[in-house]
Amino acid sequence: MSEPAPAATPETPVEPALPEGWELVVGLEVHVELDTATKLFCGCVNRFGSEPNTNVCPTCLGLPGSLPVMNERAVELAMILGRALGCQVNRSVMARKNYFYPDMPKDFQTTQYDQPTNSEGELELADGFVVGVERAHIEEDTGKSVHVGGGGRINEAVYSLVDYNRAGVPLIEIVSKPDIRTIEHARNYVEELRAIVVATGVSDARMEEGSIRVDANVSVRRHGSSELRTRCEIKNINSLRSLGRAIEHEALRQIDLWTTGDGPQQQTRHWDEDAGRTTPGRSKEDADDYRYFQEPDLVPLDPAPATIAAIDEAMPPLPAARRATLRAATGADIDAVRILVERGQDALAIAAVEAGADGAKTVTRLVNDLAVDDWSKVDAESLAALVQMESNGELSASQAKQVLGDLLEQGGDPAAHAATRGFEAMDTTELESLLDQLIDDSPGEWSRYCGGDEGDRKKMQGFFTGRVMKATRGQADGKVVAQLLAKRSSS
Amino acid sequence: MAERLTRDEVVHVARLARLELAEDEIDRFTQQLGAILEHAADVEALEVTDVEPTSHPLPLSNVMRADVVSESLDRDDVMAQAPVPQDGQFRVPPVLGERP
Repeated sequence: MSEPAPAATPETPVEPALPEGWELVVGLEVHVELDTATKLFCGCVNRFGSEPNTNVCPTCLGLPGSLPVMNERAVELAMILGRALGCQVNRSVMARKNYFYPDMPKDFQTTQYDQPTNSEGELELADGFVVGVERAHIEEDTGKSVHVGGGGRINEAVYSLVDYNRAGVPLIEIVSKPDIRTIEHARNYVEELRAIVVATGVSDARMEEGSIRVDANVSVRRHGSSELRTRCEIKNINSLRSLGRAIEHEALRQIDLWTTGDGPQQQTRHWDEDAGRTTPGRSKEDADDYRYFQEPDLVPLDPAPATIAAIDEAMPPLPAARRATLRAATGADIDAVRILVERGQDALAIAAVEAGADGAKTVTRLVNDLAVDDWSKVDAESLAALVQMESNGELSASQAKQVLGDLLEQGGDPAAHAATRGFEAMDTTELESLLDQLIDDSPGEWSRYCGGDEGDRKKMQGFFTGRVMKATRGQADGKVVAQLLAKRSSS
Repeated sequence: MAERLTRDEVVHVARLARLELAEDEIDRFTQQLGAILEHAADVEALEVTDVEPTSHPLPLSNVMRADVVSESLDRDDVMAQAPVPQDGQFRVPPVLGERP
């Protein structure tokens, strides 16, 4: 049976129409948890999902007398991501960001302020649009509080429970320039950044586990103007879908305020997914209010040029380059290529094509039937052999799919699996005589097929194909049936 | 003594630290903190245009540890320190509002 081309993104984003004459101005702050074994300043394990407060020690609990020591792997991962974004890597110092809140038991978060590790990079989106990256700095994550009572809302809670397993987990915060003008580009930016983070091994970037989190700085302005108006920072965005909805809602809210009055106030707002709106947080404290100062317990980070050169040397191919390579090798469309690069199956596809498989068929087979975490038993040679069997009609698409399933579980020779399953290539003469029989049995349907109406022809093709499949228990190739029908009607 | 710090600034800083100060305390701390800032002003008066800012008193950089797991504390010991433990977590009052 022929199958549809690989689907594009399930929900095609619809760009909302802002009122005539208004333009969106968005900058994104993306927090990514670094994939280290331990926390940033202590040897506690960096792990999601442990029992509360089991991965804690005097340092990450902020107990008196404890001292932080920098995790060298975290610094290395941060520099790798910086270089992948084309940033310059600087001499950097850690700073204390002071605030009073129970998610940090020390009463300050150790971060970077005026001297971040990475600055001045850029990120090119899949369609070529370039977003500037202002900085990518190292900081520690905070603990996690659960608000109890008041329906989980912060302001109505009866009390909060705090778990410090996440306190001190290493993060990199990537701050974009306010270059983003559309919701689609905001989504694409996060997707591309996520792909780079995964490709470089910096993080597993699981949005649902909070290992990648996005805050959006949103403002609006009149078309043609280059001013930056008052912005609001939207927090609590948990998915790419939420990101689009939150930006749209916030932009419309601000335009309304500019149209009817003096515009919005600068503040932090929370995205409420259920209500589909943003609600005000407290007015943002000034940077001054955080009383940043250099962390006296940690010395500066000053990577040698040779260290940075070694990082560049070892940089794996980045997603954009891998997509281009896969596209050139297979001729597949951009959506399919994006899916395979994201899954890390591009090398397999290219090797199969090099071993003689058809590019487009290989990509279709992988996109549709290899959405799994572990495909280690499928090697390029057997994949190529399978795709070739499909190409030259020895296997129908649905049979090829089943044989790929066998390869996935057991590895081995696709021809042997096909034989075991009894998938013999059907002789067309056999198929032709079956069709003759079916046409004789259904003269009405056949005359509708031949009648010249395109809709009828399609419907009747489906009718005859269905009959053939039934008679052959799904063994026939739908494409071949269609060809035989067409041939017969024109003879 | 020159006014280094206003009363309002002391009230503001106390609010950031969630400290409740009595009226006479505000006056006293304005005085005392002002004196400390006065001392810092002596340093401010120096000509330092060509001096690199000191990040750290020790001439060190890149002091790091290997990314190797060490043992964490026993949770019972940790929670024994908590004023109000609940379900292995620290129970805190809600009055703090949201994270700044």
